Amino acid sequence: MSTVRVLVGTRKGAFILTSDGKRQNWQVDGPFFAGWEIYHLKGSPADPNRLYASQTSGWFGQMIQRSEDGGATWAPVGNQFTYDGVPGTHQWYDGTPHPWEFKRVWHLEPSLTDPDTVYAGVEDAALFRSTDGGATWAELSGLRGHSTGPNWQPGAGGMCLHTILLDPSNPGRIYIAISAAGAFRSEDGGQSWKPINKGLVSNFMPDPTAEVGHCVHHVALHPARPDVLFMQKHWDVMRSDDAGDSWREVSGNLPSDFGFVIDVHAHQPETLYVVPIKSDSEHFPPEGKLRVYRSRSGGNEWEPLSKGLPQKDCYVNVLRDAMAVDRLDECGVYFGTTGGQVYASADAGDRWAPIVRDLPAVLSVEVQTLA
Amino acid sequence: MSGESVATRIVRVVLPYHLRTLAGVGTELTLEVPAPITVRSVLDALEARCPMLRGAIRDHVTQERRPFLRFFACETDLSHEPPDAQLPEAVTSGKEPLLIVGAIAGG
Repeated sequence: MSTVRVLVGTRKGAFILTSDGKRQNWQVDGPFFAGWEIYHLKGSPADPNRLYASQTSGWFGQMIQRSEDGGATWAPVGNQFTYDGVPGTHQWYDGTPHPWEFKRVWHLEPSLTDPDTVYAGVEDAALFRSTDGGATWAELSGLRGHSTGPNWQPGAGGMCLHTILLDPSNPGRIYIAISAAGAFRSEDGGQSWKPINKGLVSNFMPDPTAEVGHCVHHVALHPARPDVLFMQKHWDVMRSDDAGDSWREVSGNLPSDFGFVIDVHAHQPETLYVVPIKSDSEHFPPEGKLRVYRSRSGGNEWEPLSKGLPQKDCYVNVLRDAMAVDRLDECGVYFGTTGGQVYASADAGDRWAPIVRDLPAVLSVEVQTLA
Repeated sequence: MSGESVATRIVRVVLPYHLRTLAGVGTELTLEVPAPITVRSVLDALEARCPMLRGAIRDHVTQERRPFLRFFACETDLSHEPPDAQLPEAVTSGKEPLLIVGAIAGG
């Protein structure tokens, strides 16, 4: 029978939740790296026992941990993230130039084909790649060196590169997203980049339709249809059918189109999930009700999914990397909250139950579906 | 002079909890450090013994101390001393440890 492994990064360590394909009874392992912030951990699609984790601390800086046995044991690997050349400046919150400074790794994206190749999205925004299992890291500096780079600004959470999408049908194509610069696409394996923000409207900007400056929170794609992208922006849920060249809003009837997470059903490329958050001023669910919204039509028409989720007095947030789906026949959907709950649905969102209720604040959730 | 051995001393170092768990070591390490015995030479020896600590105490490139760490010895804060300043005799003789301390801050 299949096994599902849920990899959870929290403010105070990593946890690994394991179940068989029924997804009813869960084994909870951890905390790993207790007391450290674990922004993200993810497994290699080419070798599911190879995991990478981003371990950070305001005191001790950045560590990268690697496991060869599915998370049972870990070893630190390389942690030197040095910007290529003279780092230069980006805009600070007040609009003044500010030197680029490495702070932490927000997201690790292992190659689809090579367990030793992994990408790291970092704050201050840049993309790094390792081809030796994380021992050494080199910046793909064509991104940060884009002509718009000096105009990028941090969002409230820092100027982070938080989304990395690898196109399974085109090894040269990579999508990334930065808060608050926007989305970018490379067609040459990360050497050169193009902003892909046409159609985004951000009213907090002097020019709401500018080429860069948009606070993109997360982007998702279905691997069978990688030209179709779905975005949860600061406000607005967006869709592109042309690999990001243009976007249109699909927020439709959502109670709020502010939020952080967005994901796509494993087998239905037009079935989407978001978790509406009340506003950028109040980072909790509308009406104190935690609801996932599902669209079966690629956006615009959304239905609330609330069975098993708290429907009163709930004031948690769901952060941008904290939702994932498994690949079992009946797609499982998972998300974690800043209140330390990890919720799972084994029926594509119809019914939910907590796997755990009392972890530290959840920063990220990834899922591995193992044969 | 070629072939002449460099004098070394045994220096005791105490790490904060999270660096002990990261490095998989106990509270106190004893390091063989070539003279002169300074913060820089002790950290060089520490990082040679425990490579995973590179970048955790001082910056990889600038070698500057991370802001939330301090170096104490003999009831004195040595954090703002030049990294090549000789450490106190009590440290170089092994009588007292060099304490690497994390700031008491945060949640």
